[in-house]
Amino acid sequence: MSDTVLAYPGSDRHRLRSMAGIVEHAGPASKRIVTGYGFWIFILSDMVMFSAFFATYAVLLGQTAGGPSGRDLFDLRNVAVETGFLLASSFTCGLASIAADNRSAFWFQIAMAVTCALGLGFLAIEGREFANLVARGAGPTRSAFLSAFFTLVGCHGLHVSAGILWLLTMMAQVFTKGFRADIQRRILCFALFWHALDIIWIAVFTVVYLLGSAA
Amino acid sequence: MLGKLDWSAIPLDQPIPMITSGAVALAILGVLAWVVVRGHLPYLWKEWITSVDHKRIGVMYTLLAMVMLLRGFADAIMMRSQQAIAYHSQGYLPPEHFNQIFSAHGTIMIFFVAMPFMIGLMNLVVPLQLGVRDVAFPTLNSVGFWLTATGALLVNISLVVGEFARTGWLPFPPLSELTYSPGVGVDYYLWSIEISGAGTLVAGINLVTTVLKIRTKGMNYLRMPMFCWTALATNLLIVAAFPILTATLAMLILDRYLGFHFFTNEAGGNMMMFMNLIWAWGHPEVYILVLPAFGIFSEVVSTFSGKSLFGYRSMVLATMAICIISFMVWLHHFFTMGAGPDVNAIFGIASMIIAVPTGVKIYNWLFTMYAGRVRFETPMLWSVGFMVTFIIGGLTGVLLAVPPADFLLHNSLFLIAHFHNVIIGGVLFGAFAGYTYWFPKAFGFRLHDGLGRAAFWFWLIGFYVAFMPLYVLGFLGMTRRMQHYDVAAWRPWLIVAAGGAVLILIGIAFQIAQLVVSIRRRAELRDFTGDPWDGRSLEWATSSPPPVFNFAIPPEVHGLDPYWQQKSRGKQPELEKHEPHYQDIEMPRNSPTGFVCAFFATVMGFALIWHIWWMVVAGFAGAVATFVVFAWRDHDEYLIPAAEVARIDHANLAERRALISQGTA
Repeated sequence: MSDTVLAYPGSDRHRLRSMAGIVEHAGPASKRIVTGYGFWIFILSDMVMFSAFFATYAVLLGQTAGGPSGRDLFDLRNVAVETGFLLASSFTCGLASIAADNRSAFWFQIAMAVTCALGLGFLAIEGREFANLVARGAGPTRSAFLSAFFTLVGCHGLHVSAGILWLLTMMAQVFTKGFRADIQRRILCFALFWHALDIIWIAVFTVVYLLGSAA
Repeated sequence: MLGKLDWSAIPLDQPIPMITSGAVALAILGVLAWVVVRGHLPYLWKEWITSVDHKRIGVMYTLLAMVMLLRGFADAIMMRSQQAIAYHSQGYLPPEHFNQIFSAHGTIMIFFVAMPFMIGLMNLVVPLQLGVRDVAFPTLNSVGFWLTATGALLVNISLVVGEFARTGWLPFPPLSELTYSPGVGVDYYLWSIEISGAGTLVAGINLVTTVLKIRTKGMNYLRMPMFCWTALATNLLIVAAFPILTATLAMLILDRYLGFHFFTNEAGGNMMMFMNLIWAWGHPEVYILVLPAFGIFSEVVSTFSGKSLFGYRSMVLATMAICIISFMVWLHHFFTMGAGPDVNAIFGIASMIIAVPTGVKIYNWLFTMYAGRVRFETPMLWSVGFMVTFIIGGLTGVLLAVPPADFLLHNSLFLIAHFHNVIIGGVLFGAFAGYTYWFPKAFGFRLHDGLGRAAFWFWLIGFYVAFMPLYVLGFLGMTRRMQHYDVAAWRPWLIVAAGGAVLILIGIAFQIAQLVVSIRRRAELRDFTGDPWDGRSLEWATSSPPPVFNFAIPPEVHGLDPYWQQKSRGKQPELEKHEPHYQDIEMPRNSPTGFVCAFFATVMGFALIWHIWWMVVAGFAGAVATFVVFAWRDHDEYLIPAAEVARIDHANLAERRALISQGTA
């Protein structure tokens, strides 16, 4: 270090480093780590987007413009069943990951198919709830509260729909190409995505339905 | 069949947009014809359009920014000339046209000049500085660039087909709601920003992952060049802030397209929520733009002072502090909107606190120059010009952060002068410094020196002549965005400001001339060493332009300024005497995914703007199909055999060896 021009004599970082015992960086991470890490960052950004919708919902919760409020509209029993579907799908998605790790195409396809069915069931319940609300004159154009409700819950529903398209693609890819390394990485990302939607749904369930039906 | 689109959308009765767009269309057709006739199309397609090489993508980002700078500047000089003559008269721009011009100017300069310029430079340089072969997600990188280009294209289409927003660069409701802006202008804004915003998010995720996970051996966090640190901070901000923009604009879209009530006057909508949300993105955005510029100045000042950066750790700390505090000051954009004295005071103080780390940086640069052997090359001129100019802009910013003062200055030309002071003096000067500094790295030859100096002086003086009068006008009570006025005292200042815009125009002309002259004289401006400025970080350790794999042998890092260490230990010649052990290199295959995806995004965006629903479905289906096809390919990488690596590296080293033997002989 002595041959380097130092800004000031005390800045000898070799000495500081040896005192702190810093480990040398080993070099670029493996592809699996890079891909998973990047996808985590994407999920974080997605959570930020959801938090904007959550904040909006919280601000507009009382703005019913003389129309129905959450207490009048939400059917908690229905939502509980819906939640059950999504949580169960997360469990089967976990089973699919285990099957992928063990390179068992048969169990992978079974677990993914069940995940898909549960996801579709979740979407069906949500769609029925939305249709029901619109039919009762409580559509998103009725009040700011309902605009925020439909956007937040609908945005989650759109994510689940995109997730199902992805799920079907992964099933087809494993069917035609098997458990190649790049496909394993995609399965990892898909699983992260699906579990993240579960976490967001927990927040939706709490903030929208539980707090909303109390308001 | 075509939704709201018919012949009335083409402004045949307005000469200015028709002539401009006619000229631009002719120019584009001319370039295309030249490319096709000369047979360059296969080259362009193979080497650039489908390229997933971070250096190529970086260059394309920068090129996009420079082209859009011309468009944005055309808007600027129209506004300055309109205000110079519109005293007691209507000038030459009718109000609805003038309003579109200032909206387009702001939108273009922020989203399609400053952003792509910075992202382009980060793309080009960060992997080289980290000593690695590529970014984390090369194909996504290309997707991100082309989506940004889609946004820019849509904004420019609005010049000919329909209209652009008249709402300012941020579409505040209720003006931007369907009731008050029934035309397609706001829709053009919304969809082009949504699409290019998605591209920016992709770029942000890519670069965060690159900096955090892909560094060469020994490149510990506290050995990264300062530009990598600021790139990390900027991209963290992109990841954390751009989703808010996406969500906010999506809400406005829902209001306009489906009759929702987020920001409307009726049914409980809350337009103040829009202000809060948009500035929760908008203030971090300011730092997204300026932090990479800070990084560039750190590199440039340290290189041209021949010293390592003063206070490296404090610089890292200041960067990360700005990264966090930038999320806590958004309310200072609307002090006047009645949040109350307590809230205003807290945000005023937070806004002043964020000036502290920025001040730390200024002192670090000054102390880096102190006792250094300073070489005033063009990048250094931009840096010194920045330091002087940015301090003025920062101080007026602190003035505006005082709520009572803000009540007087809000939305006046003082504010306009302030943010141009920091964005031109900070971001743009930084971009130009980086452009001049890294141009030889990207292309293998330097930019012409004299023309670059001339451009700098015209920009610098032009900036002061154009914007200092605006501070005065703010104090004289002139508000922003005025199409005409009848206050005699304003006029002389506005004429001076227009003169300043002309000086900047001359500066831009010099920059164009510099590029043309440099390309024509590239043989004599050639950089054989790969290290034209006596640089300190790893991007100078490889040839100019670098081979596709950047480094034949991954470099190993043992401290700060690794290339400077190598040079001062005389390791370079030693390394060249021993034949290194070359290995096969795996590189990502080029892919048209980004381009095709952006094509469908353009179709879909245009269809959404004009309510052509079948085309929306077609565009969306095309984009999804593109991704599935991309996911289906079996070979996404190719191998460069060790022999080929050795051949390329020998060719690159030969020139350096010749120079070294010349030096020793």
